[in-house]
Amino acid sequence: MKATKIIQLLVIALAITMVGTGCRKKQAGVTPIRNRDTILRDPGIGGTYDPNLNPIGSESPFDKPQSTKFSNPDDFNQDRSALAANTVHFEYDSSVVKSSERGNVEAVANYLKSNTSVGLLVEGHCDERGTEDYNNSLGERRATALRAALLDLGVNADHVVTRSYGEYKPVATGQDESAYSQNRRGEFVVLMPK
Amino acid sequence: MKLKHTLAIFCLATLLGTAVPTSAETIRIVGESGLNEKPIPVSLSGFSGEALEVIQFDLTVQGFSFTAPEAAQYLLSGSANGNVTGRAQDRINQSYLVNKSYSGASVRRQAHAFVDDFLAALGRKGLGGTKIAFKRDTGVNSEIAIADFDGFGAQTVTTDNSIVISPSWIPGRLALCYTSYRNGAPDIYQHDLSSGRRTPVARYPGSNLSPAVSPDGKRVAMILSRSGTVDLYVGDIDGGNLKRLTKSREDESSPCWSPDGNWICFAGKYNERRALWKIPAGGGEPVRVSTGGTPNPSEPDWSPDSKWIVFTSQRGGGFDICVVKSEGGSATVLVEGEDPSWGPNSRTVVYARRAGKGKSLSMLDVPTKQTKTVSRISGKNSQPSWAK
Repeated sequence: MKATKIIQLLVIALAITMVGTGCRKKQAGVTPIRNRDTILRDPGIGGTYDPNLNPIGSESPFDKPQSTKFSNPDDFNQDRSALAANTVHFEYDSSVVKSSERGNVEAVANYLKSNTSVGLLVEGHCDERGTEDYNNSLGERRATALRAALLDLGVNADHVVTRSYGEYKPVATGQDESAYSQNRRGEFVVLMPK
Repeated sequence: MKLKHTLAIFCLATLLGTAVPTSAETIRIVGESGLNEKPIPVSLSGFSGEALEVIQFDLTVQGFSFTAPEAAQYLLSGSANGNVTGRAQDRINQSYLVNKSYSGASVRRQAHAFVDDFLAALGRKGLGGTKIAFKRDTGVNSEIAIADFDGFGAQTVTTDNSIVISPSWIPGRLALCYTSYRNGAPDIYQHDLSSGRRTPVARYPGSNLSPAVSPDGKRVAMILSRSGTVDLYVGDIDGGNLKRLTKSREDESSPCWSPDGNWICFAGKYNERRALWKIPAGGGEPVRVSTGGTPNPSEPDWSPDSKWIVFTSQRGGGFDICVVKSEGGSATVLVEGEDPSWGPNSRTVVYARRAGKGKSLSMLDVPTKQTKTVSRISGKNSQPSWAK
């Protein structure tokens, strides 16, 4: 019974299709096409900003919130050479601060503890082997891992801020492990009041 | 007539699944899997120059192949002398699906319109007039550019002279969200391309990354490190009502929205394993989206029809575009490439492909796995986003 109904429906549907397509030859009318070109305006360097946006919400008790004092590192004089020798390198696809890098992290911590007026920007970098967007997060994860290691050594949390550069700022341009291993790194930039 | 035709297709699809009856060869039904479809053979005659180029591009990226008339399912013919005239005829029953002349705008827009009319006659939605945004390398920096989906009319829309990345269209508007390092730190902005007005979405201490705008255009999912860890957040597009969705020690990346706006899918790492997850957009427990053991999934994008999630899998030597049902399951490897973004037709995907040191954009028709390089766009380009 049900099957018969279904077949009937099918036959009707097919008939409609065939009738529908059989009488399809149309006169060639003219279809006007709307021009959809759009005018774009570049915001230029100015842009529009509202400093009242982005209120700070609730925090997790386990968090170590980023520095507010040094939240915009570009408001400070940046010294890239002071801690250049202490750049930390990472394993492939890892944000673990290796025990072999402990000397570098301790040197940075000691520098900050004896220079209490300065801030620190920790930059996280990746090799080019991940996807771009994955590397943006991985670079930040490396930077925050280094920041956490510095805080564990007693560095003032309000003096350290992080930034990811993903795979965008390689120091070595080759496409081999030797280049990749140099590019998987965390760099320390000293921030001094202008 | 069109309604009846649709009804017929619906009945057949429901009752017969993937089977195609001989008396209705014009009807093509996407099977339950939606994958491994054969391209529909068409013949082209009479078109030349720019019109021919447009028609070939549009048909290739929407699942058609080109053949001699005797082997074709549809015969497409016409001319492009000043204006485009186009006919689409069913070879078996000789009926005309399209028989039109076009005027106005440009030959290329007329050619896109002809392909869209042909697809509409098959019950499908064409891609003519849709736009893509992408990141364009400018040397040490990058800017955001937009173009027609076929790469025509590419225009750079930022001049920040810094790293500008991760464009995401605001649905229904000629407007984008993206991350720019223009002030030093990576901050998220929304940018109305008609007025040029740009306003911050997230400028928290630390990094503000990977914005993805909700289907209703009101909220933004993003990756922030303001708390000291890298986590997924959602906030209003004007910067208010920030809510933290994850509190993991590991990093999350690449959020995207379900078309109903209820879920945010992202790539995460838990217990040392990278996987895709989805989490209620209002907050809650993350749910694993199984990708059947595909190595290192990232960069998910949820299809507008809600059925699929396309993503990048990273294996030893490279990257593959893969697709999985949105509820998870076994994934299908499609082609080599990365960072896929669905077109509004829920079947074509724009993605980036590595070529030497740079990346370039390509189109993929998911059901047939046909690809086409977007060769009109020169230079190094990646991170495409298709406007919906």
